[in-house]
Amino acid sequence: MRFLRRAVIVLIARPLARVFTGADVVGREKLPLKGPAILVANHASHVDTILLLTIYPTRALDRVRPAAAADYFLKSAVMSWFSRNILAIVPVARDRAQAGEDILAPAREALAAGDIVLIFPEGTRGDGQELTRLKTGVAKLAAAFPGAPVTPVWLQGAGRVLPKGAHVPVPMNCTVLVGDPFRWGGDRMAFMEELRARLEALKALAPPQRWA
Amino acid sequence: MVAIASVFADQPPALLWGLGGVLGVLTLAVAVAQALPRLKPGKDYTNLRERIRSWWVMIALLAGALLLGWVAVTLLFVVISFIALREFLSLAHIRPEDRLIVLLAYLCIPVSYSFIAINRYGMYLVFIPVYVFMFIPFAMAVIGQTRAYLATAASFHWGLVTCVYSLGYAAYLMRAPAHDLPAGPAGLVFFLLVATEANDVLQYCWGKAMGRRKIIPKVSPNKTWEGFLGGWISTAALIWFLGPVFTPLSGLGLAILAVFLPVAGFAGDVTMSAVKRDIGVKDSSALIPGHGGILDRADSLIFTAPLYFHILIFFALRDF
Repeated sequence: MRFLRRAVIVLIARPLARVFTGADVVGREKLPLKGPAILVANHASHVDTILLLTIYPTRALDRVRPAAAADYFLKSAVMSWFSRNILAIVPVARDRAQAGEDILAPAREALAAGDIVLIFPEGTRGDGQELTRLKTGVAKLAAAFPGAPVTPVWLQGAGRVLPKGAHVPVPMNCTVLVGDPFRWGGDRMAFMEELRARLEALKALAPPQRWA
Repeated sequence: MVAIASVFADQPPALLWGLGGVLGVLTLAVAVAQALPRLKPGKDYTNLRERIRSWWVMIALLAGALLLGWVAVTLLFVVISFIALREFLSLAHIRPEDRLIVLLAYLCIPVSYSFIAINRYGMYLVFIPVYVFMFIPFAMAVIGQTRAYLATAASFHWGLVTCVYSLGYAAYLMRAPAHDLPAGPAGLVFFLLVATEANDVLQYCWGKAMGRRKIIPKVSPNKTWEGFLGGWISTAALIWFLGPVFTPLSGLGLAILAVFLPVAGFAGDVTMSAVKRDIGVKDSSALIPGHGGILDRADSLIFTAPLYFHILIFFALRDF
Protein backbone atom coordinates (compact mmCIF):
# COMPACT_ATOMS: atom_id res chain seq x y z
CA MET A 1 0.00 0.00 0.00
CA ARG A 2 2.87 2.30 0.81
CA PHE A 3 4.18 1.66 -2.70
CA LEU A 4 0.78 2.36 -4.28
CA ARG A 5 0.46 5.60 -2.31
CA ARG A 6 3.87 6.76 -3.40
CA ALA A 7 3.15 5.85 -7.04
CA VAL A 8 -0.20 7.70 -7.05
CA ILE A 9 1.26 10.83 -5.45
CA VAL A 10 4.46 10.98 -7.47
CA LEU A 11 3.20 9.77 -10.87
CA ILE A 12 -0.37 11.07 -10.96
CA ALA A 13 -0.96 13.76 -8.35
CA ARG A 14 2.37 15.53 -8.83
CA PRO A 15 2.01 16.21 -12.60
CA LEU A 16 -1.66 17.16 -12.10
CA ALA A 17 -0.72 19.55 -9.30
CA ARG A 18 1.93 21.16 -11.52
CA VAL A 19 -0.64 21.78 -14.27
CA PHE A 20 -3.40 23.03 -11.97
CA THR A 21 -1.33 25.02 -9.48
CA GLY A 22 2.20 25.60 -10.78
CA ALA A 23 3.23 24.49 -7.27
CA ASP A 24 5.69 27.25 -6.39
CA VAL A 25 7.47 26.45 -3.11
CA VAL A 26 9.37 28.97 -1.00
CA GLY A 27 11.54 27.41 1.71
CA ARG A 28 11.25 23.75 0.70
CA GLU A 29 14.44 22.98 2.64
CA LYS A 30 12.63 23.86 5.88
CA LEU A 31 10.14 20.98 5.55
CA PRO A 32 10.83 18.34 8.23
CA LEU A 33 11.96 15.02 6.77
CA LYS A 34 11.79 13.03 10.01
CA GLY A 35 9.08 12.60 12.60
CA PRO A 36 7.76 13.24 15.10
CA ALA A 37 7.04 16.64 13.55
CA ILE A 38 3.96 18.82 13.20
CA LEU A 39 3.07 20.81 10.08
CA VAL A 40 0.50 23.56 10.55
CA ALA A 41 -1.21 25.14 7.56
CA ASN A 42 -4.16 27.38 6.66
CA HIS A 43 -7.06 25.69 4.90
CA ALA A 44 -9.19 26.91 2.00
CA SER A 45 -9.63 23.92 -0.30
CA HIS A 46 -9.24 20.15 -0.72
CA VAL A 47 -6.37 21.10 -3.02
CA ASP A 48 -4.39 22.16 0.11
CA THR A 49 -3.79 18.57 1.24
CA ILE A 50 -2.93 17.26 -2.21
CA LEU A 51 -0.67 20.24 -2.97
CA LEU A 52 1.30 19.72 0.22
CA LEU A 53 1.70 15.99 -0.42
CA THR A 54 2.88 16.61 -4.00
CA ILE A 55 5.55 19.17 -3.07
CA TYR A 56 6.98 16.94 -0.34
CA PRO A 57 10.37 15.30 -1.01
CA THR A 58 9.66 11.71 -2.07
CA ARG A 59 11.95 10.14 0.52
CA ALA A 60 9.94 11.64 3.41
CA LEU A 61 6.53 11.18 1.79
CA ASP A 62 5.69 7.91 3.59
CA ARG A 63 5.84 9.77 6.90
CA VAL A 64 3.47 12.65 6.02
CA ARG A 65 -0.06 12.17 7.33
CA PRO A 66 -2.75 14.84 7.07
CA ALA A 67 -5.16 15.08 9.98
CA ALA A 68 -8.66 15.09 8.51
CA ALA A 69 -12.25 15.10 9.73
CA ALA A 70 -13.48 11.54 10.16
CA ASP A 71 -17.11 12.60 9.61
CA TYR A 72 -16.23 13.81 6.11
CA PHE A 73 -13.34 11.70 4.86
CA LEU A 74 -14.55 8.33 6.15
CA LYS A 75 -18.14 8.87 4.96
CA SER A 76 -18.42 6.51 2.01
CA ALA A 77 -16.51 3.29 1.34
CA VAL A 78 -14.61 4.65 -1.68
CA MET A 79 -13.75 7.92 0.02
CA SER A 80 -12.68 6.03 3.14
CA TRP A 81 -10.39 3.68 1.19
CA PHE A 82 -8.80 6.63 -0.63
CA SER A 83 -8.42 8.65 2.58
CA ARG A 84 -6.81 5.81 4.49
CA ASN A 85 -4.55 4.37 1.81
CA ILE A 86 -3.62 7.20 -0.54
CA LEU A 87 -3.90 10.32 1.59
CA ALA A 88 -3.02 8.24 4.71
CA ILE A 89 -5.09 10.55 6.91
CA VAL A 90 -5.03 10.64 10.67
CA PRO A 91 -8.77 10.65 11.43
CA VAL A 92 -10.09 13.35 13.76
CA ALA A 93 -13.64 12.63 14.98
CA ARG A 94 -14.44 16.32 15.43
CA ASP A 95 -18.17 15.62 15.97
CA ARG A 96 -17.47 13.40 18.97
CA ALA A 97 -15.49 15.92 21.03
CA GLN A 98 -18.61 16.82 23.00
CA ALA A 99 -19.07 13.20 24.04
CA GLY A 100 -15.80 13.39 25.93
CA GLU A 101 -13.90 11.16 23.51
CA ASP A 102 -10.15 11.75 23.13
CA ILE A 103 -10.33 12.77 19.46
CA LEU A 104 -6.59 13.49 19.25
CA ALA A 105 -5.59 9.93 20.15
CA PRO A 106 -4.90 8.82 16.52
CA ALA A 107 -2.74 11.92 15.94
CA ARG A 108 -0.79 11.22 19.14
CA GLU A 109 -0.24 7.64 18.06
CA ALA A 110 1.03 8.77 14.66
CA LEU A 111 3.48 11.21 16.25
CA ALA A 112 4.63 8.52 18.69
CA ALA A 113 5.29 6.27 15.67
CA GLY A 114 7.53 8.98 14.17
CA ASP A 115 5.12 10.41 11.58
CA ILE A 116 4.91 13.99 10.31
CA VAL A 117 1.34 15.11 11.05
CA LEU A 118 -0.26 17.91 9.02
CA ILE A 119 -2.82 19.93 10.97
CA PHE A 120 -5.27 22.53 9.66
CA PRO A 121 -6.03 24.29 12.97
CA GLU A 122 -8.88 26.32 11.47
CA GLY A 123 -10.76 23.02 11.63
CA THR A 124 -12.53 23.55 8.30
CA ARG A 125 -12.01 25.21 4.94
CA GLY A 126 -12.15 29.02 5.01
CA ASP A 127 -12.80 31.51 2.20
CA GLY A 128 -9.12 31.61 1.22
CA GLN A 129 -8.73 35.23 2.25
CA GLU A 130 -8.29 35.65 6.02
CA LEU A 131 -7.06 33.20 8.66
CA THR A 132 -10.04 32.33 10.90
CA ARG A 133 -10.04 31.31 14.58
CA LEU A 134 -7.49 28.59 15.35
CA LYS A 135 -8.50 25.56 17.42
CA THR A 136 -6.19 24.57 20.26
CA GLY A 137 -5.87 20.84 19.47
CA VAL A 138 -2.53 21.56 17.80
CA ALA A 139 -1.23 23.02 21.08
CA LYS A 140 -2.23 19.84 22.92
CA LEU A 141 -0.28 17.77 20.40
CA ALA A 142 2.76 20.05 20.65
CA ALA A 143 2.59 19.83 24.45
CA ALA A 144 2.45 16.04 24.27
CA PHE A 145 5.55 16.04 22.03
CA PRO A 146 7.60 19.03 23.24
CA GLY A 147 10.61 17.87 21.22
CA ALA A 148 8.74 17.81 17.90
CA PRO A 149 9.33 20.81 15.63
CA VAL A 150 6.20 22.74 14.64
CA THR A 151 6.55 24.05 11.08
CA PRO A 152 4.09 26.73 9.90
CA VAL A 153 3.08 26.56 6.24
CA TRP A 154 1.03 29.11 4.28
CA LEU A 155 -0.84 27.75 1.25
CA GLN A 156 -1.76 30.56 -1.12
CA GLY A 157 -4.17 30.18 -4.02
CA ALA A 158 -5.76 26.75 -3.51
CA GLY A 159 -9.01 28.52 -2.63
CA ARG A 160 -9.04 29.85 -6.19
CA VAL A 161 -8.34 26.48 -7.80
CA LEU A 162 -11.18 24.73 -5.98
CA PRO A 163 -13.08 26.85 -3.45
CA LYS A 164 -15.40 25.31 -0.90
CA GLY A 165 -18.59 24.24 -2.67
CA ALA A 166 -17.06 24.12 -6.17
CA HIS A 167 -16.71 20.84 -8.06
CA VAL A 168 -14.57 21.73 -11.06
CA PRO A 169 -10.95 22.71 -10.41
CA VAL A 170 -9.62 25.66 -12.45
CA PRO A 171 -5.87 26.08 -13.07
CA MET A 172 -4.49 28.92 -10.93
CA ASN A 173 -1.02 29.47 -9.52
CA CYS A 174 -0.50 28.39 -5.91
CA THR A 175 2.42 29.21 -3.66
CA VAL A 176 3.50 27.16 -0.66
CA LEU A 177 5.48 29.20 1.88
CA VAL A 178 7.30 27.17 4.51
CA GLY A 179 8.31 29.00 7.70
CA ASP A 180 10.97 28.33 10.31
CA PRO A 181 10.08 25.58 12.79
CA PHE A 182 9.46 26.40 16.46
CA ARG A 183 8.74 24.30 19.55
CA TRP A 184 6.29 24.06 22.40
CA GLY A 185 7.30 26.64 25.03
CA GLY A 186 5.11 25.52 27.93
CA ASP A 187 2.11 27.85 27.62
CA ARG A 188 -0.93 27.17 25.45
CA MET A 189 -2.01 30.80 24.93
CA ALA A 190 1.53 31.87 24.05
CA PHE A 191 1.90 28.90 21.67
CA MET A 192 -1.32 29.72 19.82
CA GLU A 193 -0.39 33.40 19.57
CA GLU A 194 3.05 32.57 18.21
CA LEU A 195 1.54 30.12 15.70
CA ARG A 196 -0.92 32.72 14.43
CA ALA A 197 1.80 35.37 14.20
CA ARG A 198 4.03 33.02 12.21
CA LEU A 199 1.22 32.08 9.81
CA GLU A 200 0.27 35.74 9.31
CA ALA A 201 3.94 36.60 8.65
CA LEU A 202 4.09 33.95 5.91
CA LYS A 203 0.80 35.20 4.47
CA ALA A 204 2.28 38.69 4.20
CA LEU A 205 5.05 37.26 1.98
CA ALA A 206 2.62 35.44 -0.32
CA PRO A 207 1.71 36.92 -3.72
CA PRO A 208 -1.49 38.93 -3.30
CA GLN A 209 -4.53 37.17 -4.72
CA ARG A 210 -7.60 39.29 -4.31
CA TRP A 211 -11.00 38.84 -5.83
CA ALA A 212 -12.34 41.91 -7.60
CA MET B 1 21.64 7.87 -33.85
CA VAL B 2 20.83 8.00 -37.55
CA ALA B 3 17.54 9.78 -36.76
CA ILE B 4 19.34 12.34 -34.60
CA ALA B 5 22.00 12.86 -37.24
CA SER B 6 19.38 13.45 -39.93
CA VAL B 7 17.61 16.08 -37.75
CA PHE B 8 20.86 18.05 -37.80
CA ALA B 9 21.77 17.28 -41.42
CA ASP B 10 18.49 18.71 -42.75
CA GLN B 11 18.93 22.02 -40.95
CA PRO B 12 20.07 25.18 -42.68
CA PRO B 13 23.76 25.75 -41.78
CA ALA B 14 23.03 29.31 -40.58
CA LEU B 15 20.64 27.97 -37.92
CA LEU B 16 23.18 25.46 -36.63
CA TRP B 17 25.88 28.13 -36.55
CA GLY B 18 23.46 30.43 -34.73
CA LEU B 19 22.62 27.81 -32.10
CA GLY B 20 26.33 27.09 -31.72
CA GLY B 21 26.94 30.81 -31.22
CA VAL B 22 24.30 30.95 -28.47
CA LEU B 23 25.95 28.01 -26.70
CA GLY B 24 29.27 29.85 -27.01
CA VAL B 25 27.84 33.00 -25.44
CA LEU B 26 26.31 30.95 -22.62
CA THR B 27 29.61 29.15 -21.96
CA LEU B 28 31.29 32.55 -21.82
CA ALA B 29 28.65 33.66 -19.29
CA VAL B 30 29.43 30.60 -17.15
CA ALA B 31 33.14 31.48 -17.25
CA VAL B 32 32.40 35.10 -16.24
CA ALA B 33 30.13 33.90 -13.41
CA GLN B 34 32.96 31.66 -12.21
CA ALA B 35 35.55 34.43 -12.42
CA LEU B 36 33.48 37.25 -10.87
CA PRO B 37 33.64 36.04 -7.23
CA ARG B 38 37.43 35.99 -7.55
CA LEU B 39 37.69 39.38 -9.25
CA LYS B 40 35.12 41.16 -7.09
CA PRO B 41 34.74 39.13 -3.89
CA GLY B 42 32.24 39.90 -1.16
CA LYS B 43 29.13 40.06 -3.37
CA ASP B 44 26.45 37.39 -3.67
CA TYR B 45 26.44 35.85 -7.13
CA THR B 46 23.84 33.14 -6.44
CA ASN B 47 21.19 34.91 -8.52
CA LEU B 48 23.56 35.26 -11.49
CA ARG B 49 24.44 31.55 -11.34
CA GLU B 50 20.75 30.60 -11.04
CA ARG B 51 19.90 32.83 -13.99
CA ILE B 52 22.55 31.20 -16.17
CA ARG B 53 21.50 27.69 -15.11
CA SER B 54 17.92 28.52 -16.09
CA TRP B 55 19.13 29.88 -19.45
CA TRP B 56 20.58 26.45 -20.25
CA VAL B 57 17.18 24.84 -19.69
CA MET B 58 15.25 27.49 -21.66
CA ILE B 59 17.71 27.39 -24.57
CA ALA B 60 17.71 23.57 -24.63
CA LEU B 61 13.89 23.52 -24.83
CA LEU B 62 13.68 26.22 -27.52
CA ALA B 63 16.58 24.86 -29.58
CA GLY B 64 15.18 21.32 -29.41
CA ALA B 65 11.77 22.53 -30.60
CA LEU B 66 13.30 24.63 -33.40
CA LEU B 67 15.25 21.63 -34.68
CA LEU B 68 12.18 19.37 -34.55
CA GLY B 69 9.98 21.69 -36.62
CA TRP B 70 6.72 23.63 -36.49
CA VAL B 71 4.71 21.01 -34.56
CA ALA B 72 7.17 20.98 -31.69
CA VAL B 73 7.46 24.78 -31.64
CA THR B 74 3.66 25.19 -31.68
CA LEU B 75 3.24 22.71 -28.81
CA LEU B 76 5.99 24.42 -26.82
CA PHE B 77 4.27 27.79 -27.25
CA VAL B 78 0.91 26.28 -26.27
CA VAL B 79 2.55 25.31 -22.97
CA ILE B 80 4.23 28.72 -22.62
CA SER B 81 0.92 30.52 -23.30
CA PHE B 82 -0.89 28.29 -20.79
CA ILE B 83 1.60 28.94 -18.00
CA ALA B 84 1.75 32.67 -18.80
CA LEU B 85 -2.06 32.94 -18.80
CA ARG B 86 -2.25 30.95 -15.56
CA GLU B 87 0.23 33.35 -13.97
CA PHE B 88 -1.75 36.33 -15.25
CA LEU B 89 -5.21 35.14 -14.23
CA SER B 90 -3.95 34.07 -10.79
CA LEU B 91 -2.84 37.62 -10.04
CA ALA B 92 -5.51 39.54 -11.95
CA HIS B 93 -8.44 40.83 -9.95
CA ILE B 94 -11.24 38.64 -11.18
CA ARG B 95 -14.48 37.81 -9.37
CA PRO B 96 -15.40 34.53 -7.66
CA GLU B 97 -18.24 34.15 -10.20
CA ASP B 98 -15.75 34.15 -13.07
CA ARG B 99 -14.27 30.66 -12.57
CA LEU B 100 -16.16 29.37 -15.62
CA ILE B 101 -14.83 32.31 -17.65
CA VAL B 102 -11.32 31.36 -16.58
CA LEU B 103 -11.87 27.90 -18.08
CA LEU B 104 -13.18 29.53 -21.27
CA ALA B 105 -10.05 31.70 -21.40
CA TYR B 106 -7.84 28.59 -21.20
CA LEU B 107 -9.93 27.01 -23.94
CA CYS B 108 -8.98 29.90 -26.24
CA ILE B 109 -5.39 28.63 -26.23
CA PRO B 110 -5.94 25.39 -28.22
CA VAL B 111 -8.42 27.13 -30.54
CA SER B 112 -6.08 30.03 -31.30
CA TYR B 113 -3.09 27.73 -31.86
CA SER B 114 -5.15 25.38 -34.03
CA PHE B 115 -5.40 28.20 -36.59
CA ILE B 116 -1.60 28.06 -36.69
CA ALA B 117 -1.75 24.27 -37.12
CA ILE B 118 -4.09 24.54 -40.11
CA ASN B 119 -2.24 27.66 -41.30
CA ARG B 120 -5.23 30.00 -41.62
CA TYR B 121 -3.62 33.33 -40.90
CA GLY B 122 -6.78 35.39 -41.43
CA MET B 123 -8.63 33.43 -38.75
CA TYR B 124 -5.70 33.62 -36.36
CA LEU B 125 -5.63 37.37 -36.85
CA VAL B 126 -9.25 37.93 -35.80
CA PHE B 127 -10.08 35.08 -33.42
CA ILE B 128 -8.88 36.58 -30.13
CA PRO B 129 -8.95 40.33 -30.92
CA VAL B 130 -12.46 40.23 -32.41
CA TYR B 131 -14.44 37.13 -31.45
CA VAL B 132 -13.07 36.26 -28.03
CA PHE B 133 -13.18 40.00 -27.31
CA MET B 134 -16.96 39.91 -27.88
CA PHE B 135 -17.74 36.46 -26.49
CA ILE B 136 -16.12 36.65 -23.05
CA PRO B 137 -17.98 39.80 -21.96
CA PHE B 138 -21.17 38.18 -23.29
CA ALA B 139 -20.55 35.02 -21.25
CA MET B 140 -19.88 37.22 -18.22
CA ALA B 141 -23.16 39.01 -18.81
CA VAL B 142 -24.99 35.67 -18.98
CA ILE B 143 -23.54 34.75 -15.58
CA GLY B 144 -25.25 37.94 -14.44
CA GLN B 145 -22.82 39.58 -12.05
CA THR B 146 -22.36 43.22 -13.08
CA ARG B 147 -20.18 44.37 -10.18
CA ALA B 148 -16.65 45.25 -11.49
CA TYR B 149 -17.86 43.97 -14.88
CA LEU B 150 -15.93 46.22 -17.25
CA ALA B 151 -12.63 46.02 -15.35
CA THR B 152 -12.81 42.21 -15.18
CA ALA B 153 -13.70 41.85 -18.87
CA ALA B 154 -10.73 44.08 -19.67
CA SER B 155 -8.45 41.93 -17.49
CA PHE B 156 -9.46 38.79 -19.37
CA HIS B 157 -8.91 40.43 -22.73
CA TRP B 158 -5.58 41.90 -21.69
CA GLY B 159 -4.40 38.48 -20.48
CA LEU B 160 -5.50 36.69 -23.66
CA VAL B 161 -4.00 39.18 -26.09
CA THR B 162 -0.63 39.27 -24.31
CA CYS B 163 -0.22 35.63 -23.22
CA VAL B 164 -1.91 33.83 -26.13
CA TYR B 165 -2.33 36.05 -29.19
CA SER B 166 0.97 37.97 -29.09
CA LEU B 167 3.17 35.05 -28.05
CA GLY B 168 1.46 32.89 -30.68
CA TYR B 169 3.03 35.02 -33.42
CA ALA B 170 6.42 33.56 -32.48
CA ALA B 171 5.07 30.07 -33.23
CA TYR B 172 3.27 31.23 -36.37
CA LEU B 173 6.61 32.23 -37.92
CA MET B 174 7.36 28.50 -38.25
CA ARG B 175 4.61 28.29 -40.90
CA ALA B 176 6.34 30.76 -43.21
CA PRO B 177 7.05 29.20 -46.64
CA ALA B 178 10.63 27.94 -46.58
CA HIS B 179 11.68 29.27 -50.01
CA ASP B 180 13.45 32.63 -49.92
CA LEU B 181 14.32 32.14 -46.25
CA PRO B 182 18.10 32.08 -45.71
CA ALA B 183 17.88 29.94 -42.53
CA GLY B 184 14.44 28.37 -42.89
CA PRO B 185 11.39 29.22 -40.74
CA ALA B 186 13.27 28.10 -37.62
CA GLY B 187 15.89 30.74 -38.41
CA LEU B 188 13.16 33.42 -38.30
CA VAL B 189 12.03 32.34 -34.82
CA PHE B 190 15.61 31.93 -33.69
CA PHE B 191 16.49 35.47 -34.72
CA LEU B 192 13.37 36.92 -33.04
CA LEU B 193 14.33 35.22 -29.77
CA VAL B 194 18.00 36.20 -30.03
CA ALA B 195 17.27 39.85 -30.87
CA THR B 196 14.66 40.15 -28.10
CA GLU B 197 16.72 38.50 -25.38
CA ALA B 198 19.94 40.22 -26.49
CA ASN B 199 18.09 43.53 -26.14
CA ASP B 200 17.05 42.58 -22.57
CA VAL B 201 20.57 41.52 -21.63
CA LEU B 202 22.32 44.44 -23.36
CA GLN B 203 20.00 47.01 -21.74
CA TYR B 204 20.75 45.37 -18.40
CA CYS B 205 24.53 45.39 -18.99
CA TRP B 206 24.65 49.00 -20.24
CA GLY B 207 22.52 50.06 -17.29
CA LYS B 208 24.79 48.22 -14.83
CA ALA B 209 27.93 49.63 -16.42
CA MET B 210 27.02 53.31 -16.74
CA GLY B 211 23.39 53.84 -15.70
CA ARG B 212 22.84 57.26 -14.04
CA ARG B 213 19.58 58.92 -15.10
CA LYS B 214 16.38 57.04 -14.26
CA ILE B 215 14.01 56.68 -17.20
CA ILE B 216 10.67 55.61 -15.62
CA PRO B 217 11.36 55.47 -11.86
CA LYS B 218 7.73 55.00 -10.85
CA VAL B 219 7.38 51.78 -12.86
CA SER B 220 10.89 50.33 -13.25
CA PRO B 221 13.22 51.95 -10.70
CA ASN B 222 16.30 50.12 -12.05
CA LYS B 223 15.91 51.23 -15.67
CA THR B 224 18.07 54.11 -16.88
CA TRP B 225 18.42 56.23 -20.02
CA GLU B 226 21.96 54.91 -20.44
CA GLY B 227 20.76 51.29 -20.35
CA PHE B 228 17.90 51.99 -22.76
CA LEU B 229 19.99 53.91 -25.29
CA GLY B 230 23.01 51.60 -25.03
CA GLY B 231 20.80 48.54 -25.48
CA TRP B 232 18.94 50.21 -28.33
CA ILE B 233 22.06 51.07 -30.32
CA SER B 234 23.86 47.76 -29.72
CA THR B 235 20.76 45.63 -30.48
CA ALA B 236 20.07 47.70 -33.60
CA ALA B 237 23.62 47.01 -34.75
CA LEU B 238 23.21 43.30 -34.01
CA ILE B 239 19.98 43.22 -36.05
CA TRP B 240 21.51 45.18 -38.91
CA PHE B 241 24.52 42.88 -39.23
CA LEU B 242 22.97 39.47 -38.39
CA GLY B 243 19.49 40.10 -39.84
CA PRO B 244 20.42 39.15 -43.43
CA VAL B 245 21.81 35.81 -42.18
CA PHE B 246 18.50 34.66 -40.68
CA THR B 247 15.77 36.76 -42.35
CA PRO B 248 14.91 37.74 -45.92
CA LEU B 249 14.98 41.42 -44.87
CA SER B 250 17.37 44.00 -46.29
CA GLY B 251 17.54 47.74 -46.81
CA LEU B 252 14.58 49.72 -45.49
CA GLY B 253 12.77 46.71 -43.94
CA LEU B 254 15.86 45.66 -42.03
CA ALA B 255 16.51 49.25 -40.91
CA ILE B 256 12.95 49.56 -39.60
CA LEU B 257 13.32 46.29 -37.71
CA ALA B 258 16.67 47.38 -36.26
CA VAL B 259 15.22 50.67 -35.04
CA PHE B 260 11.86 49.49 -33.70
CA LEU B 261 12.41 45.98 -32.27
CA PRO B 262 14.61 47.20 -29.36
CA VAL B 263 12.02 49.89 -28.55
CA ALA B 264 9.24 47.28 -28.61
CA GLY B 265 11.24 45.05 -26.26
CA PHE B 266 11.71 47.93 -23.85
CA ALA B 267 8.02 48.82 -24.12
CA GLY B 268 6.95 45.23 -23.37
CA ASP B 269 9.19 45.08 -20.33
CA VAL B 270 7.96 48.41 -18.93
CA THR B 271 4.28 47.73 -19.71
CA MET B 272 4.29 44.35 -17.97
CA SER B 273 6.13 45.96 -15.04
CA ALA B 274 3.31 48.50 -14.75
CA VAL B 275 0.76 45.66 -14.69
CA LYS B 276 2.71 43.81 -11.98
CA ARG B 277 3.11 47.02 -9.98
CA ASP B 278 -0.64 47.62 -10.17
CA ILE B 279 -1.28 44.09 -8.87
CA GLY B 280 1.40 44.46 -6.20
CA VAL B 281 3.97 41.81 -7.15
CA LYS B 282 7.54 41.95 -8.42
CA ASP B 283 7.61 38.52 -10.11
CA SER B 284 4.69 36.76 -11.75
CA SER B 285 5.71 33.40 -10.19
CA ALA B 286 8.84 31.49 -9.12
CA LEU B 287 8.79 29.02 -12.02
CA ILE B 288 12.19 29.90 -13.52
CA PRO B 289 14.90 30.12 -10.83
CA GLY B 290 16.67 33.50 -10.95
CA HIS B 291 14.23 34.98 -13.48
CA GLY B 292 10.76 34.79 -11.87
CA GLY B 293 7.78 33.60 -13.87
CA ILE B 294 7.26 33.04 -17.60
CA LEU B 295 5.58 36.44 -17.87
CA ASP B 296 8.71 38.05 -16.42
CA ARG B 297 10.92 36.36 -19.00
CA ALA B 298 8.56 36.75 -21.98
CA ASP B 299 7.39 40.33 -21.30
CA SER B 300 9.47 41.88 -24.08
CA LEU B 301 8.67 39.01 -26.48
CA ILE B 302 4.97 39.86 -26.07
CA PHE B 303 5.66 43.18 -27.83
CA THR B 304 8.44 42.16 -30.23
CA ALA B 305 6.81 38.99 -31.68
CA PRO B 306 3.87 40.70 -33.47
CA LEU B 307 6.03 43.62 -34.62
CA TYR B 308 8.69 41.30 -36.07
CA PHE B 309 6.01 39.17 -37.77
CA HIS B 310 4.28 42.14 -39.39
CA ILE B 311 7.50 43.82 -40.54
CA LEU B 312 8.47 40.50 -42.18
CA ILE B 313 5.09 40.23 -43.89
CA PHE B 314 5.10 43.82 -45.09
CA PHE B 315 8.59 43.74 -46.54
CA ALA B 316 9.25 40.12 -47.46
CA LEU B 317 6.77 37.30 -46.79
CA ARG B 318 3.95 38.41 -49.06
CA ASP B 319 2.60 34.86 -49.33
CA PHE B 320 0.82 35.10 -45.98
